[in-house]
Amino acid sequence: MIYQGSRERVEKGKIDWMTVGFYLLFVVLGWLNIYAASFDLENATGLFDISGRAGMQLVWMGSSLLLAFALMKIDVRFYETYAFLFYLAGIALLLITLVMAKEINGSRSWLIIGPLRLQPAEFMKFLIALMLAKVFNTYGFRLMERRNLILVSAIILLPVILVIAQSETGTALVYLSLILVLYREGLPGSFLFAGMAAIIYFVLGIKFSDKMVGVISLGEFMTILLIIIFSALMIRNYLKRSKPFRTMLLIAAAIFLVAYILSFMGVTINWGVTALAALTASALYLIYLFFRYRQKNYLLILLFMAGSFLFLESVEYVFDDLLQPHQQMRIKVTLGMEQDLSGAGYHVGQSKIAIGSGGLTGKGFLNGTQTKLKYVPEQDTDFIFCTIGEEHGFIGSAIILLLYLVFILRLLHLAERQTTIFGRVYGYAVMSIFFFHLVINVGMVIGIMPVIGIPLPFFSYGGSSLWGFTILLFILLRIDKSRSRL
Amino acid sequence: MNSPGNLANRRKVIAAAVVIIALIYLVQLFRLQLLSPEYREYADSNAFLRRTLYPARGAIYDRNDNLLVYNRPTYDVMMVVREMEQFDTTDFCRTLNIDLEQFNRLDADMRDRRKNPGYSSYTPQLFLSQLSVEEYALLQEKLYKFPGIYIQSRTERQYNYSGMGLVLGYVAEVDKNKMAADPYYVRGDYVGKSGIELSHEEDLRGEKGVEVLLRDAHGRVQGRYEEGRHDEAPVSGKDLKISIDIDLQLYGEQLMHNKVGSIVMIEPRTGEILCMVSAPAYDPSLLTGKAFGTNYRSLENNPYKPLINRAIAGTYPPGSTFKPAQGLIFLQEGIITPETRHSCFGGYPPLGGRPACHGHASPLAIQYALATSCNSFFSYGLNGMLSNRSKYSGTVEAFDVWKDHMVRMGFGYPLGVDLPSEKRGFIPNSKFYSNVFKTDRWNAHNIISIAIGQGEILATPLQIANMGALIANRGYYYTPHVVKEIKGGALDEKYTTRHESGINREHVELTVAGMADAVTIGTCRGINLEPFMEVCGKTGTAENPHGDDHSLFMGFAPKDDPQVAIAVVVESGRFGATNAVPIARLMLQQYFRGEIPESDRWLENSVINREILPYVYTRNLPVRQHEPVKPQEEQ
Repeated sequence: MIYQGSRERVEKGKIDWMTVGFYLLFVVLGWLNIYAASFDLENATGLFDISGRAGMQLVWMGSSLLLAFALMKIDVRFYETYAFLFYLAGIALLLITLVMAKEINGSRSWLIIGPLRLQPAEFMKFLIALMLAKVFNTYGFRLMERRNLILVSAIILLPVILVIAQSETGTALVYLSLILVLYREGLPGSFLFAGMAAIIYFVLGIKFSDKMVGVISLGEFMTILLIIIFSALMIRNYLKRSKPFRTMLLIAAAIFLVAYILSFMGVTINWGVTALAALTASALYLIYLFFRYRQKNYLLILLFMAGSFLFLESVEYVFDDLLQPHQQMRIKVTLGMEQDLSGAGYHVGQSKIAIGSGGLTGKGFLNGTQTKLKYVPEQDTDFIFCTIGEEHGFIGSAIILLLYLVFILRLLHLAERQTTIFGRVYGYAVMSIFFFHLVINVGMVIGIMPVIGIPLPFFSYGGSSLWGFTILLFILLRIDKSRSRL
Repeated sequence: MNSPGNLANRRKVIAAAVVIIALIYLVQLFRLQLLSPEYREYADSNAFLRRTLYPARGAIYDRNDNLLVYNRPTYDVMMVVREMEQFDTTDFCRTLNIDLEQFNRLDADMRDRRKNPGYSSYTPQLFLSQLSVEEYALLQEKLYKFPGIYIQSRTERQYNYSGMGLVLGYVAEVDKNKMAADPYYVRGDYVGKSGIELSHEEDLRGEKGVEVLLRDAHGRVQGRYEEGRHDEAPVSGKDLKISIDIDLQLYGEQLMHNKVGSIVMIEPRTGEILCMVSAPAYDPSLLTGKAFGTNYRSLENNPYKPLINRAIAGTYPPGSTFKPAQGLIFLQEGIITPETRHSCFGGYPPLGGRPACHGHASPLAIQYALATSCNSFFSYGLNGMLSNRSKYSGTVEAFDVWKDHMVRMGFGYPLGVDLPSEKRGFIPNSKFYSNVFKTDRWNAHNIISIAIGQGEILATPLQIANMGALIANRGYYYTPHVVKEIKGGALDEKYTTRHESGINREHVELTVAGMADAVTIGTCRGINLEPFMEVCGKTGTAENPHGDDHSLFMGFAPKDDPQVAIAVVVESGRFGATNAVPIARLMLQQYFRGEIPESDRWLENSVINREILPYVYTRNLPVRQHEPVKPQEEQ
């Protein structure tokens, strides 16, 4: 039922050359920048010398092209048919890696077979994507049924756990980015909203934890105000009522107004207590609304309110007691709370210096001093964007960023134009993974995101990652090629 | 909750999220790259190593173009710890002439960040400095055996003659105060610390150059930045030609051997200093090279203080050498005429024979008073001036007129010689005595000792010699200086400006006549060189509360067309005629004849062998130290 039309018609479908063009452009630009990043002033190796990084990347590029070619030749039904088997094999490989792998740079994710060093976690990305696509494609599948939710969660979380066990937290986060696929396929927006809210609370709670407003910290104070505003917005959004929305904000505002007037009359006001009072009043008002209208949604919003408050109160505990000191430091550096240029902030500090020193037009190809002199660690892998920023300046890095933006929007377009749920889900998975990589990698290099070591697809040096991304992309192109045109 | 139609709308939400994040990142890139210029500076200070290229310090020549001071290469052993492998430490130590214990101590010192704040295991660090040429040659040969060891060459001051350490001065590592005052200097730079090396530091040092190198995150140098396009070559220091005659100087030091004091000779026509002996003298080579520290300490601890240049920083009561200056003022002010006669009965009569005088004809006029160094005459003179109420309103005004004359003749303030730490001597003004006597109602008899250059009066040997030059010039002088010529630079205008004393020429001629008489018939017949040359002079015997009187001489020669003015001070040398006059005689012989005539050989021997060491006070006990500074043997 899925693949309508004759075999011949399918084979006549066209390859999306625009995406292939992006792919080739990125890989070549990546190769040149790897050459620039690993360029050694004293003993420079040529672009094509395979004893150097650039030459080796060329080998990976060639093998990736062969791989891409092969992938395009395989019957499209093959991927769906064997998706489950592939997935199981992938899980098995992750387990084997976990047991067998020796520790390299603190992670047990490398599988060494003869001269080849592979990172199975990289390949797991497309296996999870295929598996999800297959599951969503089953007849009458509805995400919000409990059984299905558990199944989908398990498909994503199982490899997440295995990869975290290999100390590859970054890759695990990449798998989690597939939540975007679930959102497209029907996961209520409130889940994403709750996730976003949690991140905002966390950032506020940590960043402003050392300044006190009465009995609570400034972070808690700001978060409490946000909780009240969010709750009021939810009333308007989910119950389509604007009167209670306004009333609730008015109650909170009135409490603050009274406190403000009192403070003018000479009463010492504890603003922390005032905020807590406003929150309590809002909660009481919600309870009142529930008893008046008897609608379950009021109770849910109350639950959100309580949950938010509890989460806020536990943030400090989580941060101080559950996170490792180096993780705390990375977060603090990202939030601008610490300026530790020689310690945890070294990577980011040096990478910002490298990018910032590029100016408008950059220092020119092979002229980046920060790059040449190895100030930025992982310059040709995770921090490759530095090289672009330093040598090609704002113009160069903005062009790359915009090209990537167009590329991801193109992937979104490809995903949406699929005629099958399998194709669409796989397409969204591909798009989510590339998007997440871009957000984290570039965000980390320019100092917006904490340091999470994941590569910039096609640009960063590395065979496993290039192969992984090539497979991910070309399976999508294969599926797209044989989609039926209605 | 949501219909499939709604779900399709979510693509727009996702697309919007992608676009928004891309925009946020673009803004951040814009901020970093276009709005924050500090990142470029960070990057530059990170990556560029600006290595200083040191210029060669200027050489110093004497007035006859004899090379006195030059630079010699010396070698430092540098160590890059990261590049070191196992090697034969015993062999290494033997090559460098150190034992294993020293090796370990040097190694620990190098790694100690408190002593060596710039320590890095990636960059060359100083291990041992100032290898001799022999050690260098030996190490260079074996260098292949010692990975991580490098030799860095530097220059060091080197001296051709073993004298004149005080005038030349020395160079040493720059100290914190100097670095704070002048940003040119950085840690480890060498800078002139005394003498000409200090006063002409800016001429001698040249300008440092810079070489821009690229270095990596470990501090390792990776190459030159843009093929050295941003490098600046160093500018060598300027060579100096000094006015000192090195032969004369060394001869003076020889004469002053085992004595304490000073000889200064000035060319009156130009103010150039021909020799500036300060005894005890030291060999400048002592303060260079490896032994600097120990030698410096021993010089510093020597009780005769060889590090003080007595010619400009030693202040003495000028005694009778002050009388020509006194006489000139009295004549100029009209207190006396050339014919004014005063009687002397072995002392100054109004004060019951004090200050005492010696036997000579009486009464006497100024010319004869100078020749016989009559104390009474000048006491009358001072009294006559300070109590002259027709000319001055009172003692105070009269005294200040007197003082102004003295200052115009170069006393009381530093002359401004181009050497550091010149003292001003002391010429009191009226306020000084009003403070001492707590009233303005004092008179000449209260301060009569200054009439004969005693009491509060202090002068440096240079000031005394300058007075000689002033008289030789018949009334003017040029600021004395030691640097005759700066190669590729100009001499300060103040050394070519004539200073008038304000004394009329006829008065000076009379004084010259008096000083000529002193040589022929008066107190300093010992310096009479006739018929070879007419010499003018004035002896001085200055009371010394700590021991024997100081022996002084001031003079010039020849009488007409003077070539040289001279001042000699021998501490505790008793009568001027006893020590200062013979020394001055030998100096003049040496200067004018270039050798000592046979007839004076006995005198030369006698002077050189005299040992006149004053008492030195240690914890208030006078101790006569028999440990004079011996100049190092010439190499």
